[in-house]
Amino acid sequence: MALILGIETSCDETAAAVVVDGGDVRSNIVASQVDLHRKYGGVVPEIASRAHIERLDAVIEEALSEAGCAGHDLDAIAVTQGPGLVGALLIGVTAAKTLSWAWSKPLVAVDHIRAHACSPAIGLDRSPWPAVALIVSGGHTSLFQVNDPSSIERLGATTDDAAGEAFDKVASILGLEYPGGPAIDRIASNGNPKAVNFPRTMLAPDSLDFSFSGIKTSVLYHVHGQGQTTGGLEKLSGQALADIAASFQQAVVDVLVRKTMLAVARTGLSTVVLGGGVAANRTLRNTLATVCRNRKLEFHAAAMDYCTDNAAMIAALGFHSFRAGDLAGLDLDAYAISG
Amino acid sequence: MTATRHDATWSTASVESTLALGEALGRCLNAELTIGLVGPLGAGKTNLVKGIAAGNAPGMGSSVTSPTFTLIHEYDGRLTLYHVDAYRLRDTAELLALGFDELMRADSVVVVEWADRVRSAMPEDSLWITLALTGPTSRDLTFQAGGPRSQRCLDALQTDDKIQA
Repeated sequence: MALILGIETSCDETAAAVVVDGGDVRSNIVASQVDLHRKYGGVVPEIASRAHIERLDAVIEEALSEAGCAGHDLDAIAVTQGPGLVGALLIGVTAAKTLSWAWSKPLVAVDHIRAHACSPAIGLDRSPWPAVALIVSGGHTSLFQVNDPSSIERLGATTDDAAGEAFDKVASILGLEYPGGPAIDRIASNGNPKAVNFPRTMLAPDSLDFSFSGIKTSVLYHVHGQGQTTGGLEKLSGQALADIAASFQQAVVDVLVRKTMLAVARTGLSTVVLGGGVAANRTLRNTLATVCRNRKLEFHAAAMDYCTDNAAMIAALGFHSFRAGDLAGLDLDAYAISG
Repeated sequence: MTATRHDATWSTASVESTLALGEALGRCLNAELTIGLVGPLGAGKTNLVKGIAAGNAPGMGSSVTSPTFTLIHEYDGRLTLYHVDAYRLRDTAELLALGFDELMRADSVVVVEWADRVRSAMPEDSLWITLALTGPTSRDLTFQAGGPRSQRCLDALQTDDKIQA
């Protein structure tokens, strides 16, 4: 049995978790869940890499205490090495190196996006690999071939906006609140997904890359009129708004599902997994589940707790590197962009 | 001596011509320059940065993706290109908390999307580019230099014979 502490500070969230053998989550703490205002007083900025410094100690302590263990019980410490904000990543990396040295525990470096790709396996009673993994969030939209957690190959990624970003920006065009993903999901349920035929950008016919930048302009002009960028929103009825939201959502989901099926055909695999923050979108989940069922493919979506940024997925993937003997040294550095 | 300051506007008819303008700008970049991009959703700010990255390092354009969620991207080249996005930031303090000041170095260029939201953090001598939608793929890009450094870059761009204002 191997007990791994995971640490994640790649972007907004400060997170720590304790996971046994890569799948049994003993604790999963994300800073926003901890009452830091009470502990520190004052305001903790929502988006600030330096805020990780203030939060991280308390978050790690909380993760260990909720798991009922101490530093000396751990087998290894896993940390997000990238991609993300280098300034933010370095705080997690430095903390992990310090604890690794102080507690004499091995250090493991983990790629944030690859951890998302493996997150749908957390809590399953058997391994879903090999599988095609679709990872969709505000910052990332990627397809991976996961042979097993130590052999992950990127098949494609967005060339401009991530799908989650398109949801947020279209929500803003439609005058909906932030975050836009849940807002669009909600009003789209009353709309007709066939009302407006928004473009499905597929790039080259055999491409597994994505482009979600153009659909913003299409929605903008549909709302305001060709060549106009203001003045149209007030004229739309609630039903028209719901129809636009549903049609936009359907266009994005169609592209995600078609590309995923293209990846299935290309790799010859028979399992599909879904992760990342946008995996919470009901239309995406349901459509992908239905298409997989019709094609007799196995389908697993990550549990909600492991869709958004978290450290359980870092500890889970870190376990496999630890077991394979793939350890990091105290000279570990962060990287900004995924290779 | 004060440099002559004037605006220059380019009209582009297609995504490709916006990319080409960005690429020409990428070839004219001088070190320590800060560029502020202003324009509504869908105006093509990220696309322009793809061009700038390609002009600064051939082939780099395809690596550029939107930093709206990830906040800061970094691209290698003749100069290190920092691609910052203020869309999710509530105020200038949040931008400074990200270490914005530390990005401006003797070997780097910083491009900020939604720079009008963090105007007070932008150096006075910044190159401001306002993008306006004029059709489904056509855009007007108006350049404004805030001081001698940005004026030098704009002058160099205006003498590029492939790109006529």
